Amino acid sequence: MKLLELKNVKKSFGEMEVLRDISLSVEDGEIVSIIGPSGSGKSTLLRCATLLETMDAGELHYEDLTVCSNNENGKAVYAGKETLKKVKSVYGLVFQQFNLFPHWTVLQNVIDAAIHVQKLPKEEARQRGMELLGKMGLEDRANAYPFQLSGGQQQRVAIARALALNPKVLFFDEPTSALDPELTGEVLKVIRSLKDLHIAMVIVTHEMAFARDISDKVIFMADGVIVEEGNPKQIFNSQNERMQSFLGRYKDIL
Amino acid sequence: MSLIQIVGELLKGLGVSVEIFFLTLVFSLPLGLVVALGRMSKNKGINTLTKIYISIMRGTPLMLQLFVVYYGPYYLFHMKLSPTYRNSAVYIGFIINYAAYFAEIYRSGIQSMPVGQYEAAEILGYSRSQCFLRIILPQVIKRILPSITNEVITLVKDTSLAFSISVMEMFTKAKALSSSQTSMTPLIVAGIFYYVFNFVVAIAMERVEKSMDYYK
Repeated sequence: MKLLELKNVKKSFGEMEVLRDISLSVEDGEIVSIIGPSGSGKSTLLRCATLLETMDAGELHYEDLTVCSNNENGKAVYAGKETLKKVKSVYGLVFQQFNLFPHWTVLQNVIDAAIHVQKLPKEEARQRGMELLGKMGLEDRANAYPFQLSGGQQQRVAIARALALNPKVLFFDEPTSALDPELTGEVLKVIRSLKDLHIAMVIVTHEMAFARDISDKVIFMADGVIVEEGNPKQIFNSQNERMQSFLGRYKDIL
Repeated sequence: MSLIQIVGELLKGLGVSVEIFFLTLVFSLPLGLVVALGRMSKNKGINTLTKIYISIMRGTPLMLQLFVVYYGPYYLFHMKLSPTYRNSAVYIGFIINYAAYFAEIYRSGIQSMPVGQYEAAEILGYSRSQCFLRIILPQVIKRILPSITNEVITLVKDTSLAFSISVMEMFTKAKALSSSQTSMTPLIVAGIFYYVFNFVVAIAMERVEKSMDYYK
């Protein structure tokens, strides 16, 4: 069974067609990178998959849950509240701008949802939170507030916060685009280290070398469609013209 | 009449002023939040209703509103109300007036919150009310405190408007004493009391602001 399946997704903002018939699927534990020029619809696709946006048409399934499917007029119809609530525990999302809660300590940020949404006992959540912060190399900042951290540290907290809810798939929306190269390195290192958690990851990124090294599958999007998809080798050696002109700008670093 | 007697009389009035002050805050701050939520509601009826309410409260004099609340029941509905209704009328008038101002302050704070906070909460699975109470509201309060302080200081001085329906608060007393003694002294003493009152309020509000300084 596929963990995530998107079929024929269409999304417009007014006159602007941002997603034009996108289909993709993600297996358990699979790492998928989505690359492509700005404005190609990558982020919108993630936002549709995480229900931050509603699609105009298309299907969305997580495991055996149908989140959204087309009615007879070809318009997307979403499932009821119960299903949507259930499905929220399947995925997590790491934002470009971190979006930590500034009034809470690092630890509170990581464990609050586990306690108040998943109703985990406090002590258990705390232990797990500290473990995750350890994994992020931040156990000594547990009682700091987000504003006292560097951007890279904030993003690592945000990753720990997402992991605290035990998602089966974690989405990353340009997780390093707000960071300088040094901080980018530390965040990418952390994301690489998540590989041994065997959760699926879907990463929208402009870090080509990173995408090439970490991914099982790379998807190249442009102008609201998937131009090419395949393993990193295929994609980065593609003869596709659109792909080549895009990758041309990264040739030095690849 | 000696200065001590004047001060004693004014202090009694000050007690009433303080009562109006606290009762207004205790009720108008929560009511203001409810009104703000109504003002931002997607329900057209609620939205329009709160909009009209705020518009009237802010667009007409508080003194006139006090008159309407006090005399309205009799003039409009021929209701006979006991003399103690005078004080209730002041409380009601102040509460509904200040709730409107607070509502707009809450609204400005809520709408200034970055959308990313809501989105992060949604992704983490918080319900709408959890998101509002645990994540949005605490940050909103920090943001709007300076504007709230402004209103609270205005409220201290506005309590003197209760004079218009002859409630025996400090200003009413000062005015009466000044007339009967043909002296400026009661008014000056009252002025000093208002100033000290506000001085204390300002310090208290500064403390509250400081207590929220631990994050940015």
